[in-house]
Amino acid sequence: MARIDLVDLAHAYGNGADPESYALKPVTMTWRQGGAYALLGPSGCGKTTLLNLISGIVTPSRGKILFDGVDITPLSTQKRNIAQVFQFPVIYDTMTVGQNLAFPLKNRGVPKAEIDARVAEIARLLDLTPYLGRKAQRLTADAKQKISLGRGLVRSDVAAVLFDEPLTVIDPELKWQLRSKLKALHRDLDLTMIYVTHDQTEALTFADTVVVMHDGRVVQSGTPAELFDKPAHTFVGYFIGSPGMNIVPAEVRGREARIDGHTIRLERSYDHLPAGARIEIGVRPEFVEVASPAPGLLSANIERIDDLGRIQFARVRLGEVKFAAKVPAGFSVPGGVAGLRFDPSHVHVYADSRLVEGVA
Amino acid sequence: MDKTINQKAWFLVLPVFLVVAFSAILPLMTVVNYSMQDTFGNNQFFWNGVGWFKELLDPSSDLGGRFFASLWRNLFFSAVILSIEVPLGIVVALSMPRDGWQVAACLVILALPLLIPWNVVGTIWQIFGRPDIGLLGYVLNGIGIDYNYVSNEFDAWATVIVMDVWHWTSLVALLCYAGLKSIPDAYYQAAQIDGASRWAVFTAIQLPKMNRVLLIAVLLRFMDSFMIYTEPFVVTGGGPGNSTTFVSIELVKIALGQFDLGKAAALSLVYNLIILIVCWIFYTVMTNAGTERREKQGVA
Repeated sequence: MARIDLVDLAHAYGNGADPESYALKPVTMTWRQGGAYALLGPSGCGKTTLLNLISGIVTPSRGKILFDGVDITPLSTQKRNIAQVFQFPVIYDTMTVGQNLAFPLKNRGVPKAEIDARVAEIARLLDLTPYLGRKAQRLTADAKQKISLGRGLVRSDVAAVLFDEPLTVIDPELKWQLRSKLKALHRDLDLTMIYVTHDQTEALTFADTVVVMHDGRVVQSGTPAELFDKPAHTFVGYFIGSPGMNIVPAEVRGREARIDGHTIRLERSYDHLPAGARIEIGVRPEFVEVASPAPGLLSANIERIDDLGRIQFARVRLGEVKFAAKVPAGFSVPGGVAGLRFDPSHVHVYADSRLVEGVA
Repeated sequence: MDKTINQKAWFLVLPVFLVVAFSAILPLMTVVNYSMQDTFGNNQFFWNGVGWFKELLDPSSDLGGRFFASLWRNLFFSAVILSIEVPLGIVVALSMPRDGWQVAACLVILALPLLIPWNVVGTIWQIFGRPDIGLLGYVLNGIGIDYNYVSNEFDAWATVIVMDVWHWTSLVALLCYAGLKSIPDAYYQAAQIDGASRWAVFTAIQLPKMNRVLLIAVLLRFMDSFMIYTEPFVVTGGGPGNSTTFVSIELVKIALGQFDLGKAAALSLVYNLIILIVCWIFYTVMTNAGTERREKQGVA
């Protein structure tokens, strides 16, 4: 158990002279002891690279990794005291389930009595107790992945447990169960867990801190609520939430934003935007409402309405700009034209994709 | 007699039937025919029933004695070369590079001995081992080791075994290498995470993942060494004495040396039967190992 600090950590596969081609661009951040983290991002954004750097499978091109302030960058994986669970189940074919779970402990010379107790506990937590004496090779993919998870969790002294999309091979219903189980295990075992995924639901339900990565960069790290309410980067707004945030080019001056000749009021004032930057405003569909056309409301053409069950979203068009907006219950559109009502406190301004803090 | 259109289809099978008949069935039946008769030349044959088989399977007779002696010799030879080539092949495969241009270089070098015809291999070692002009024989004698495969039984065996190891270890190594290459990186990474030693990685991951290819390697090498003829024949001619006379060499001695067609035919039928049985055992074991694994996937 440890606090993990990444100091100016970066990695390029191959020789990678060009910093823009780095698989992981320089990042400095801290993972606190006992936290449940999710590393969220699309495929190829560098999240697995970051994970493999922490576990030592990959050696960084530059920067340092500290466990509790001690630089462990040059140490091998074996010496790092870290556990990792991979995307596809890895089991030792010739061993029983119990022997599989005991393997990481046995390799480290843990006394037999302690191994037995620990294996029994993990097997109980993962519902593997009835299978302990069975050959692991003959189990289903689900059970095999549970064994992999178990091997990751069996050591009580690890600095962190890293999960690399561990539920990819699991059926959807079991996935839900296993995720809740992991969350419970996190509470019971007081381990630092870092969970890599490209599925926002998985990330938001598992983690208390979600780290969003995009194109080799960590773009935001925060609670699920922070990511939802105040995305620090347009990518976060777009990637998290379904449908994603509306991000629209706009002219912003003071407390007003102009889109396509229409004016939207802003809650804060933006007088010092960087010159020459690409200015956009972002607002989640949940905070834009369609209403009957009225003076003072932006008017837009409704293209279609998506019914998501408990909520409906309208896809509307404002000149060249497309928008998603919430449809109030019982609302019907006369003639396909509607007004848009914005919630000013949830309209954010972005300069070159990065959030700009306004002045109240 | 009118034939229906359907029966013309038999003509399509006829070429295959003829090929198989002339290439396999008729020669085999000829051998069966010989095995039941005795001949004194001049194409005169006398009915002998199962007499040759009785004699062959009776170790106290001349024929039976020679057959069993060569059979044990051959089985011992197979056991020795398997116990050398399989571990050595695994070691070679494990020490091969995993990527880069070195892989191609290693593969080519390993494949070279496999591409050399048997009798050329025999000739190479026959000359290589000669004490007067062969590099190996000359050097060994030069440093004071009395090595002569023509007169010393142990030297003859050593030469034949080293030659087979030289010729065929590559095959085991290549098969094992293919098995090793098919192990996903995640296994090695997981083993690192689990703190496994090099030996534990070998016993827990590499060996279990190689067991299918190893079974194939053992089967191929056993059959090949059990039927070996050309290489030892070229090097030692089965000598000194009968010390390196394996079953196939004995068979040729009886058939072509003594022209005892009946005895040779009986021996070759029994030899054939042994090979078929061993093949069948291996085949059953291999396919069963596979299906057992598939069936039990569904449990739990």
